[in-house]
Amino acid sequence: MALAGLLWCVGALLAISVAAIPAARSRWGTPAVYGAALCASTIGLGLALVSLLGGGALLGALTLPVGLPWLGAHFRLDALAAFFLVVVNLGAAGASLYGLGYGSHEEAPGRVLPFFPAFLAGMNLVVLADDAFTFLFTWEFMSLSSWALVMAHHRRPGNAAAGYLYLIMASFGTLALLLAFGLLAGPAGGYAFAAIRAAPPAPGVAAVVLVLALIGAGSKAGLVPLHVWLPLAHPAAPSHVSALMSGVMTKVAVYGAVRIVFDLLGVPTWWAGALVALLGGVTAVMGVLHALMEHDLKRLLAYHTVENIGIIFIGLGLALAFGANGMRAAAALALTAALFHVFNHSVFKSLLFFGSGAVLTATGERDMERLGGLIHRMPLTAFVFLVGSAAISALPPFNGFVSEWLTFQAILVSPALPQWLLKFLVPAIGALLALSAALAAACFVKAFGVTFLGRPRSDAARQAVETDRWSLATMLILAALCLLAGILPGYFIDALAPVVRALAGAQLPRQGELDWLTIVPVAQSRSSYNGLLLFLIIAFAAGLGAEAIHRWASGVLRRSAPWDCGFPDASPATQYTAGSFSQPIRRVFGSVVFRAREEVRMPPPGDLRPAQMHVRMRDVLWDAFYAPLAGLVAYVADRLNKVQFLSIRAYLTLVFGALVALLTVLAVWQ
Amino acid sequence: MDRLALDVAHLLAGGLVLVSFMLLYQDRMTGLVNNFALHALVVSLSVAWQAHIQHAPHLYITAAIALIVKAIVIPLALHRIIVQLGIHRTIEAVVGIGQTMLAGIGLVALSIMVMLPITAKAGTLTQQDLAFALSVLLLGLLMMISRRNAVSQVIGFMSIENGLILAATGAKGMPLVVEISVAFSILVALIVIGVFLFRIRERFDTVDIHALHQYRGEQP
Amino acid sequence: MAIGLQLLVQFCQMALVLALAPLFAGYVRKVKAHLLRRQGPPLAQPYRELLRLLRKDVVLADSASWVFRVAPYLIFATTWVAVSLVPTFATGLIFSYAADVIAIVALLGSARFMLALAGLDVGTSFGGIGSSREMLIASLAEPAMLMVVFTLSLLAGSTQLSSIAASMQASDVGLRFSIALALIGLVMVALAENARIPIDNPATHLELTMVHEAMILEYSGRHLALIEAAAFLKLLLYVSVIACVFFPWGIAVSGQGPAAYFAGIGVYLLKLAAGGFLLAVFETAIAKMRVFRVPDFLGAALMLGFLATLLLFVTLAG
Repeated sequence: MALAGLLWCVGALLAISVAAIPAARSRWGTPAVYGAALCASTIGLGLALVSLLGGGALLGALTLPVGLPWLGAHFRLDALAAFFLVVVNLGAAGASLYGLGYGSHEEAPGRVLPFFPAFLAGMNLVVLADDAFTFLFTWEFMSLSSWALVMAHHRRPGNAAAGYLYLIMASFGTLALLLAFGLLAGPAGGYAFAAIRAAPPAPGVAAVVLVLALIGAGSKAGLVPLHVWLPLAHPAAPSHVSALMSGVMTKVAVYGAVRIVFDLLGVPTWWAGALVALLGGVTAVMGVLHALMEHDLKRLLAYHTVENIGIIFIGLGLALAFGANGMRAAAALALTAALFHVFNHSVFKSLLFFGSGAVLTATGERDMERLGGLIHRMPLTAFVFLVGSAAISALPPFNGFVSEWLTFQAILVSPALPQWLLKFLVPAIGALLALSAALAAACFVKAFGVTFLGRPRSDAARQAVETDRWSLATMLILAALCLLAGILPGYFIDALAPVVRALAGAQLPRQGELDWLTIVPVAQSRSSYNGLLLFLIIAFAAGLGAEAIHRWASGVLRRSAPWDCGFPDASPATQYTAGSFSQPIRRVFGSVVFRAREEVRMPPPGDLRPAQMHVRMRDVLWDAFYAPLAGLVAYVADRLNKVQFLSIRAYLTLVFGALVALLTVLAVWQ
Repeated sequence: MDRLALDVAHLLAGGLVLVSFMLLYQDRMTGLVNNFALHALVVSLSVAWQAHIQHAPHLYITAAIALIVKAIVIPLALHRIIVQLGIHRTIEAVVGIGQTMLAGIGLVALSIMVMLPITAKAGTLTQQDLAFALSVLLLGLLMMISRRNAVSQVIGFMSIENGLILAATGAKGMPLVVEISVAFSILVALIVIGVFLFRIRERFDTVDIHALHQYRGEQP
Repeated sequence: MAIGLQLLVQFCQMALVLALAPLFAGYVRKVKAHLLRRQGPPLAQPYRELLRLLRKDVVLADSASWVFRVAPYLIFATTWVAVSLVPTFATGLIFSYAADVIAIVALLGSARFMLALAGLDVGTSFGGIGSSREMLIASLAEPAMLMVVFTLSLLAGSTQLSSIAASMQASDVGLRFSIALALIGLVMVALAENARIPIDNPATHLELTMVHEAMILEYSGRHLALIEAAAFLKLLLYVSVIACVFFPWGIAVSGQGPAAYFAGIGVYLLKLAAGGFLLAVFETAIAKMRVFRVPDFLGAALMLGFLATLLLFVTLAG
């Protein structure tokens, strides 16, 4: 059975993790560990794909006698789990393949190799868990192993603080999930998911559980305002681990949210959908605006993850709102859009992180302002990074466009909703989505343009070399997958159908049989999209244009200095930097969102010092929310510190007081 | 109520909301006053159309009063005040124009959400008129709180009055007595405000509210 | 109709728009010149410009990469494909169901992405200024465009341009105010996207007032010819979309036969003439805005779209 096979793969990963502790010291340890992890995840990917496409024949449940004595550990493979296992194992296989090349540059393999397979195992187990205890245990295991990976280079400045913040936010999220499961299990204490499904909670309890699940899973996924750890922790880890954390672990968090909200809570309420969609919209815009202000390549990508999580939650919120009103087909559309975006994002975010890892290895720099012109030195990396940038900017014919198009179609169905608040809110969220998509394109023009195009701004950029072939192979495979999912979206939508049917009660019409491989989400008269045809026509038009040019135009080409209006500047410092590229957007949005203030200090005439421009930006959320909270905790801790220095008589008084209080409670309870 | 009547009424009421937005967008004094004249013109056309389809001739008088007093006399007077006070400047807004317009859209959505369920049993015409009138009222208030200039606050106040006229006509007719008393109160208010503006300008050489704030006394 | 015949009609449309685009640009220039009491260049001048550019050598900067060389072909291809999918003289052509209006706008976004990258490629400050301003304008124009699409979809129940055109022909008076607001919003977005006055000056020689021209400053020869052709096609696209959605009378339906198609072409040419004339009048009557007034302008377009949607909700509820 597929479930048993997957559990064996997880076991293998755990075994590799243990074996990696001694193996890290030897020279062949790194390729061996990554190679073994690659085998295990590829087998897992195959099993998950077969279960998803097999139409229910290979799904099942299993109980292992580990864990709590009266509960055991329940594992279940249903359509939702199969889909997310495909996402997890695809990312895991990609990271392992990439690690074969990247891992050789690792300076402290003993701190990375043992925890990498453990992290993969943890993510697989979370998706397979079928009772609350197993879920929380594996969730914590996943957090801790990724924390260990974040702290792998703990001596670098900023990494220790990032790890500390990550640990706090992860624990806080687990606490929220613990409370949520406690409420769901109820006084009877039925922690197995099957028991929870059989006894849906009262509406008030369901509302509290929803909020707790959003807090718990949302903090791991990166919903605003709980996203603050993400841009610090994700870049601190090694690049393939960053790809896993951004591309895959956030999806596991989305899985957690979907499992609790769609599967365990029963019938949703419409305001839950409004809340989730609104959070998603705000997250998307805030994420991309932060990304635009960044000039560290990996932090930019991490903030972009926040934006895409926002887009996914918009789809989920719409699905909830439609489901609450009984509009099953529309709910299926929204849910398909969200899940397709889950897959797409894991593919192109991994690709982009792998590319930034290649840049980091080649130049030692993450700061875009010190790079430039890398397309001449690293042509293949530049090409795949371009494909990833085009995909994430939602440009046809790549896959990012298809999932955003489906989300827009779901938004356009919203006028049929009866509640007035939803009727007005959803178009506003649609505007936010369009804004974030356009800003994402701007952000990736900046990221690709400043890093790879132009002229090199430092010696490190001038002397970069192309990365190794394992990394290139991984990135090429992912880039091909981006194009494939964009051209043949119908098959992917059909693969999602069993998941959507289980959760929303309906599914999109079968896409694979339509003429010319078009996708028609609602009805032919309403809208349709044909990625393959568009791709072919664009290729045809480009070919026709090139042929005509070749035939009738002059073929001469000569190189010269740039025109630059007649004053070509030899120094590469005069070209646009990341900060200057985003200056117009910072002027328009930044004064409100970041309280951005620019200040130019000009030296007096005759002074040879350069003029300086200072840009001051504050993270408004951090100042308003986190900093006071941290101050409060510090204050309370200070006050409570006095308990450490009491006399023996005082401690005995405390013990006596506690005993008397408990006895009183017992007496009253009787 | 036949289709054409309803649609023209919708056109005029919606046009009034649009002109209220244009009032929010303006950043020059003369443009603001001309825009207000347009606002009053649209409201008088709307009232005249209501008079036509409701067969209520006294509303024609209301429309005429709105046209003459608010679209012609008051803008001319305001132009004169502007010239005499010598304030040809741009109007400073407390927050940016973009955010003010976003808030305006939120207010229109809010008034529609409030009004449509309440007036569900009344006719379509009443529903629309009341929803749009509330929007105009809220947009006028928004204009008053988001501008630093005293003249623009006066114009905001008068656009609120236009919204009230639209609401009153939408609710099936308005007796002439009410209209006369309302118009008189507006006239008195305008005279008082104009006198005050002159006095303020003489005293402090400016009508910028922010500058006046420091003379308030009992500062925190 | 047989597949072969449908493909033929579709290819005829592709050829037609390619042939008409420079003529339309020349016509707008001619009208602007006449309004300024000049004779102006001949109507066929853009064709001559394109031919002249094709015959010239390409001078490539030392720091330019393959992105710089490939971008003009991709920009031209995506823009040409986008225009071919817009119903000009007939709706329901065989390729038109491959992309709805959202996909068409996204195709233009692909073209703009490549153009912005090409602007950054050589590593001069002018390319950077063009690219960064272009992305700002694009990021503000997209939400406004979406609200207009939302209004149209609310009216027509579809985002396919053919279906929207069909339902607009059957629409009645009551919804007309929202349609007017949507039209104004779309015109504002179209002005911004095509780099016309008041957003950008297509005829400027001052680098600091350029947006589109700054990005293509380093291009020459056949590459510049392709990019100029793409700019002409983009202008034609927006005018065609406005004509097809808001003034759909006279468009033939696919399958009606050659007579209807020729009548459709004639009506389309009339619509283009009217649209070009209005564009020229508007550009002559108004001055270019400061760059940081553009967000207010596009914000107003967004508000108009929102207002149109809200007013439609009120009408449909009544």
